[in-house]
Amino acid sequence: MQWEAVIGLELHAQLATKTKIFSGAATAYGAEPNVQACAIDLGMPGVLPVLNERAVRYAVRLGLALDAEVAGRSVFARKNYFYPDLPKGYQISQYELPVVGQGHLDIDLEDGSIKRIGVTRAHLEEDAGKSLHEGFVGMSGIDLNRAGTPLLEIVSEPDLRSAREAVAYMKKMHALVRYLEICDGNMQEGSFRCDANVSVRPVGTEKFGTRTEIKNLNSFRFVDRAINYEIERQIEVLEAGGEIVQETRLFDSDRGETRPMRSKEEANDYRYFPDPDLLPLEIDSAFIDEVRAELPELPDVRRQRFVEQYGLSNYDAGVLTASRELADFFEIVAAQADAKLAANWVMGDFSAALNRTGVELNTSPISAQALGALVARITDNTISGKIAKEVFEVMWETGQEADAIIAERGLEQVTDAGAIEAVIDEVIAANPGQLEQYRAGKTKLMGFFVGQTMKASGGKANPQQVNEILKRKLDG
Amino acid sequence: MHDRTIAELSAALQKGDCSSVELVSATLKAIEDAEALNAFITVLPEQALEAAAKADQLRAKGQAGPLTGIPIAHKDIFCTHDVRTSCASRMLDNFAPPYDAFVVEQLQAAGTICVGKTNMDEFAMGSSNETSWYGPVRNPWDQTRVPGGSSGGSAAAVAARLVPAATGTDTGGSIRQPAALTGICGLKPTYGRISRYGMIAFASSLDQAGPMATTAEDLAMMLQAMAGFDSRDSTCVDQPVPNYQQALKPGALKGLRVGLPKEYFNAEGVAPGVQAAMEAAITTMREAGAELVEISLPNTELAVPVYYVIAPAEASSNLSRFDGVRYGYRCENPVDLEDLYKRSRGEGFGEEVKRRIMIGTYALSAGYFDAYYLKAQQVRRMIRDDFTRAFADVDVIAGPTAPSTAFSVGEKSDDPVQMYLSDIFTIAVNLAGLPALSIPAGLDNGLPVGLQLIGQYFDEGRLLAAAHDFQQHSDWHTRRPAMDR
Repeated sequence: MQWEAVIGLELHAQLATKTKIFSGAATAYGAEPNVQACAIDLGMPGVLPVLNERAVRYAVRLGLALDAEVAGRSVFARKNYFYPDLPKGYQISQYELPVVGQGHLDIDLEDGSIKRIGVTRAHLEEDAGKSLHEGFVGMSGIDLNRAGTPLLEIVSEPDLRSAREAVAYMKKMHALVRYLEICDGNMQEGSFRCDANVSVRPVGTEKFGTRTEIKNLNSFRFVDRAINYEIERQIEVLEAGGEIVQETRLFDSDRGETRPMRSKEEANDYRYFPDPDLLPLEIDSAFIDEVRAELPELPDVRRQRFVEQYGLSNYDAGVLTASRELADFFEIVAAQADAKLAANWVMGDFSAALNRTGVELNTSPISAQALGALVARITDNTISGKIAKEVFEVMWETGQEADAIIAERGLEQVTDAGAIEAVIDEVIAANPGQLEQYRAGKTKLMGFFVGQTMKASGGKANPQQVNEILKRKLDG
Repeated sequence: MHDRTIAELSAALQKGDCSSVELVSATLKAIEDAEALNAFITVLPEQALEAAAKADQLRAKGQAGPLTGIPIAHKDIFCTHDVRTSCASRMLDNFAPPYDAFVVEQLQAAGTICVGKTNMDEFAMGSSNETSWYGPVRNPWDQTRVPGGSSGGSAAAVAARLVPAATGTDTGGSIRQPAALTGICGLKPTYGRISRYGMIAFASSLDQAGPMATTAEDLAMMLQAMAGFDSRDSTCVDQPVPNYQQALKPGALKGLRVGLPKEYFNAEGVAPGVQAAMEAAITTMREAGAELVEISLPNTELAVPVYYVIAPAEASSNLSRFDGVRYGYRCENPVDLEDLYKRSRGEGFGEEVKRRIMIGTYALSAGYFDAYYLKAQQVRRMIRDDFTRAFADVDVIAGPTAPSTAFSVGEKSDDPVQMYLSDIFTIAVNLAGLPALSIPAGLDNGLPVGLQLIGQYFDEGRLLAAAHDFQQHSDWHTRRPAMDR
């Protein structure tokens, strides 16, 4: 039987506010345990939540970017359950009336087509604290620094049909929240995480199969592996005549498999009800207009502009606009040199160097300005592309400017036709056999003569001129 | 000294007839002598005397306000910085908060001196002050009887003239009912008039702090200090605070349209003595020029059942934070997390609190939520609409605060429903969020009867004026218990 996967993602984006969603405590990552938890975060008696306006603003930004309906009235609800890192015994979330309603996000498929993925809703909620199990004998530690950190939970429709599509969607959303500057997207620190709902059904059927939920996937690779594993597992179970149990599973990245979470004796009844400590959240059109005015150029729009303005292919434009930082970087480079060449350099040597060294774009030893200056020297024929690669390596190592390296090392291209001709004459004279063969019709030897000439010029001869002059002389 | 009102004490302090230190010393002595009432959970002699000395210095420098140096008591539901705030529960017997409640800050800023924290029903759940972990409070009029609840300690302390005024909270009648049962005045302001910050939550959509004192004038002075906007409470309303004392105009009852809900006067279970006192009070108002209008609040009988869905539902969630993990009571030697939760909460909470947590948990459960919680919210709107309609024709609504006078200790403690019905006339006011006060309006077999006046939203000034004028035409508020019983 042919099977089809049905996948929906719940993405949790930690909003990049300075303070918590209902208190004035700081949200910065990595502080000593419990130093960033005030009486409100600790769930002390009598203290009350007060909503952080910036968190609302960020949620609205996403809503607008997803072309979603921003609710004029949404309601905070309490999700009740006991856990040591949940100080109040309930999490303040949104249940029936979320701040962001139906929207959508377009992803690129392998075959070059575009698929529209529905976004069911996005709602604001507070994060819980963290239980620490290491370093405590017979006890657990609780760190409430994270308690009350604002989260935006973005729920997709079950529109995704493969792990690949799921990852493409997640990457697109990841780029979007960073474009919008509402989330730092740091997955290692848990700022952007994913729960995946996965089921399978025979191809051609309408009805969804029983789904499982895989919790807390914090990298694209894990999402890919966990979903693929889970699809395989479910198919195996069904083909063996078994049934899928609706359950929550955890992904073990060491073993590359999903496992049921410790089974609870009874299902949780969260007893959601509107939080009487918070008034319904009302958002008027003036506020929405204000947020709309502060939206940056969105990735899809920017991609289209790159195609039109710089003459890039749709694919290249997609790669360059995948993150706001990279797109900004490219535009600085392209401002100084030929845009296509700039694109090749940013996506090619520069990205390769970042990958090779594991350096982040924002800490790169070569700034966009400096890379632009290098590419400009190719565009204006000061150096060849080959020499430029050498210069690039030196820049990466030393942080020096391209012009300084070119001058210091005398790498400037030779464009004096007389000088090139002299070198060529020497090369031809030194290789009479090859000349004979060439003239006998073995024109492939052109490459040999070009190579010899470039070598003799120390790589500095202008390749285009070398080609022209050589051809003239050989064909002579 | 302690027969005097805040207004009188304030004048005496200003004239130099006595000092705040003398006043506070006498207060502390009176509290000690009245220990049998069990009105206080915590008394703060050193702190109070120190504050009194400072108040006297301020006065000497000419910086005293009307409440400077006046001793008061706070219900033990208000958080007091570094002072035990127990909510009369074993759960918080060891809890001293690192912050003050808004009400505590406000009254401190006005110069009052907190002499102690008063007893109450555990987590404000009760109508008799019998559910306290620290034992029942006795009614100063008859110590075999309850003072009402949940602000029973504050009521008893004021009734026994231990302090001229105290704070209370009112979720379903917890200020007004004990005020009625102990012959004092108590005001529940409009929901949102006073910030709930630092007031331990029972039912967040109903809880409201208010003053308890012996005269309407003193209530006005206390409310003046307590009211105000506070950004730390999102449900607090940013509405200017009027001058309540200036609102106490003589002759306020003249021409006042007083609504008399037929459901409050012919209700089953209203004691004949209470009925008689009400008739007399109505006569007093009529003679003072009030215009009496019979009105109807048709959904009155639904108030108690609706309240006992909404209040426990909110409470079941509000009290989840008391889990033995971060502060408060923790059981001995828990074997695992579940044991820690179950025993800490099982041992830390009393029976009535556990009963309400169970009722509320049930009402919010999947499958029951619509039938109970949602339905209760719908009926709550109907009850509010009853009042809105009634206020189209009247300025205030009058009736008995409680159906009977103070009952005996133990009389209703085994019958929760009978206990819940003692709040039948007060609960609807909380559901609607309206302001209301209770003032003494008679004696039945030597026990006080309370008259309740209900006002429109933020119309505390008119309520206080009406009550004040009533007190110019009657002397029930001057009666005090003979403490030798």
